[in-house]
Amino acid sequence: MTTLRSATRRVPPPALSLVLAAALVTGLAGADWRQFRGNDSSSVAPGEKPPLAWGDTENIAWKIPLSGRGLSGPIIVGDRVYLTSSDGFDQDRLLVECYDVKTGVRRWRRTFQATGRTQCHSKMANATPTPASDGKRIFAFYSSNDLVCLDLDGNLQWYRGLTHDYPNASNSLGMASSPVVIGDTVIVQVESQSESFATGLDVATGTTRWHRKQHRFDNWSSPIALTGKDPAKSLVLLQNMVGLTALDARTGREAWQYDQPASRTPSSVVANGTVYIPSNGLTVVRPSGTDKKTPEIAWKNNRFSSGTPSPLVYRGKVFTMSGPIVKCGDASTGKLLWQLRLKGAFTSSPVAANGHLYYFGETGATYVVDVTGAKGKIVAENAMGATILCTPAIADNAVFVRSNGHLWKISK
Amino acid sequence: MTQRLPARLLTASATLLLLTASVPADAAAPAELISAIKSVDKKGKGNRAAREAVAELSGSEPAVLLPLLAAFRNANPLATNYLRSAAETIVDRSIAAKKKLPRKRLEAFITDRKNDPQARRLAFEIVERVDDTVVDRLIPGMLTDPNPVFRRQAVVRLLDLAGRLQKENQQDLARSLYKRTLQGATDDDQVKTIAKLLRKMGEKVDLPRHFGFLTNWHIVGPFDNTGSKGFNVAYPPEKQVDLKAKLKGKLGAATWKSYKTTNDFGIVDIAKQISPYKGAVMYCTTVFESKTPRSIQFRLGTPNAWKLWVNDRQVFANEEYHRGMKLDQYSVPVTLRAGSNTILLKICQNEQDQDWAQRYQFQVRTCDVSGIAVLSADRSAALFPSKETRP
Repeated sequence: MTTLRSATRRVPPPALSLVLAAALVTGLAGADWRQFRGNDSSSVAPGEKPPLAWGDTENIAWKIPLSGRGLSGPIIVGDRVYLTSSDGFDQDRLLVECYDVKTGVRRWRRTFQATGRTQCHSKMANATPTPASDGKRIFAFYSSNDLVCLDLDGNLQWYRGLTHDYPNASNSLGMASSPVVIGDTVIVQVESQSESFATGLDVATGTTRWHRKQHRFDNWSSPIALTGKDPAKSLVLLQNMVGLTALDARTGREAWQYDQPASRTPSSVVANGTVYIPSNGLTVVRPSGTDKKTPEIAWKNNRFSSGTPSPLVYRGKVFTMSGPIVKCGDASTGKLLWQLRLKGAFTSSPVAANGHLYYFGETGATYVVDVTGAKGKIVAENAMGATILCTPAIADNAVFVRSNGHLWKISK
Repeated sequence: MTQRLPARLLTASATLLLLTASVPADAAAPAELISAIKSVDKKGKGNRAAREAVAELSGSEPAVLLPLLAAFRNANPLATNYLRSAAETIVDRSIAAKKKLPRKRLEAFITDRKNDPQARRLAFEIVERVDDTVVDRLIPGMLTDPNPVFRRQAVVRLLDLAGRLQKENQQDLARSLYKRTLQGATDDDQVKTIAKLLRKMGEKVDLPRHFGFLTNWHIVGPFDNTGSKGFNVAYPPEKQVDLKAKLKGKLGAATWKSYKTTNDFGIVDIAKQISPYKGAVMYCTTVFESKTPRSIQFRLGTPNAWKLWVNDRQVFANEEYHRGMKLDQYSVPVTLRAGSNTILLKICQNEQDQDWAQRYQFQVRTCDVSGIAVLSADRSAALFPSKETRP
């Protein structure tokens, strides 16, 4: 309950109700990190205090070798870390592995054979999407559009081969969109030039609840949840080249649509019922009380463009990253507050905890930025000694991060 | 009843009785459970029954591993993943409980090439968990194995050995070993390495033949693909391939011209060797001779949109532009008939003007499911065109 207690102290009542609603939707408990950018896709880990500085031997609880490649981030459920990888010359061997949070000892591994095309850009891997969990199950998704559901002990619950079902659903550069769990539906967004769709599947059986054809454009962004007062009416937000569409997560019925082109790699983020969309720089919308089909635009600012890392909203500020430049703005007005230059290229999205943002670079350089003051301040630069492309997880007062070769737990 | 059963069925029944000895009385027999798993199909059909079957099988004794692995044969790729998961769970539990795995029977399963290649690989990984000597004992004999993962491992070992011979100045032995090694190599990184080493030693290597690239084509075009609309327009070659026909193309009259690629990787480069057309459709045709009816794969690489017909039947189409090109980018299963098989490829270029969107090319090869070339019956069998005899 650390997460919720900390949130209680920090957020005002309306926001608290949203946090609680989100907790009900995703079934959160404790300091889990259950999907890409955390339980609510915010990249924020309330109440967590991971170290600011680390080195080869300092503040590394454990570092274990991995046999497969992956850009997928680790997820944390209870006392376990779950990680996907892919290996083999064709990246067609799919791995799902479970490690002990405290010791890093592997508890189990399951392997599967990809049923879809495994080709991807040399920088990517078949295991690029981050897995998701509803607290009882793991949903491991791959560029080949294989979606595997296991229970927390590694027992197969169901298997869907979405390219096996829809043979043109593939991208020769690779797919990257991560699944999201909303209530009892797991949602994946599969969009490419040759075939595109989004689908909601029953978490228990893997059967299709809804299937929606999407525009045939490449897309690597991930779906996210927008939760209102009634968790049963939670929406899933699908972002792509033509905009952002809100659907009822359980039925796939369209609720509203933002119809301006949005980025295809960084994903939107929700904070306090407001959606921050990487579109025309950054466009901030909230569901309208009057025209229910068109959201109300709170503000937009073309200075807040995003490269690959997704935007992040934290403590009333919004952060975007383009190239090595971090920009910080007022989350409610869009006013630019400060900017900061880091070094190198970044694929990983930043994560936030205890007043700091953690940026993991492709060169292995990591930057910890204090964002509590009037200006952002780099308080630590740490070298991982490996290319980091995944978005890390924060739980157990630790940062969990992987490269193609290793998985680290960074903690005191 | 038993007296009426044929001997083979009797043995199978006895085996299943033995296997089910540890399963509760009300549990389904492994054969029924395996049948439930093999019924799983596209779009989630049969998921629930398959999950229940996996759960039940996962508590079985290690002896059930053999029927599970045998069930890979003729199972669809979804079902094999359920079977795989049940097998891995049994192994985990058996090792944790210090139960013995049926190592000898698993090893016999691995070495019997009639068994499903993926199941054999899984059996190998299971044995490897309890006996790491299996690598040294079995991999050296797997250079021409139907499973490409085994072949790759065998190639790595032979390459290492040949390299050491070369360093010791035993050139003839090394050369002979490199040639032998090439027979098992189908992954392009290994093939490139071996071909480079052999060529350095003065050998000729026919890589298009090694991979099974189709190198002789007749090509006609361009037809209009402005706005990428030509992808879905059935131009005359889709109705009939007449190599003598004079067709109306985008730039006037268009006639079929013969084209032979000598590229190591069978690349037909339309942009460089014909013309850098934009907004264009080209048709390419060839004939593949097969002595018998058989199933093979057509493997295609291209950064352009394409459609493929075999004997007038469209076997696949993909409308993707400029997302890279790679060997074996697309694999299309095809059933050939005995005799001549007509291949027609429609290859489309769009109008993107970026530097990285100018490639207009393709490569097609024919191979078995494991990637080993299947050659047209009228093609030379000489992999090494020099006079030297093959090892």
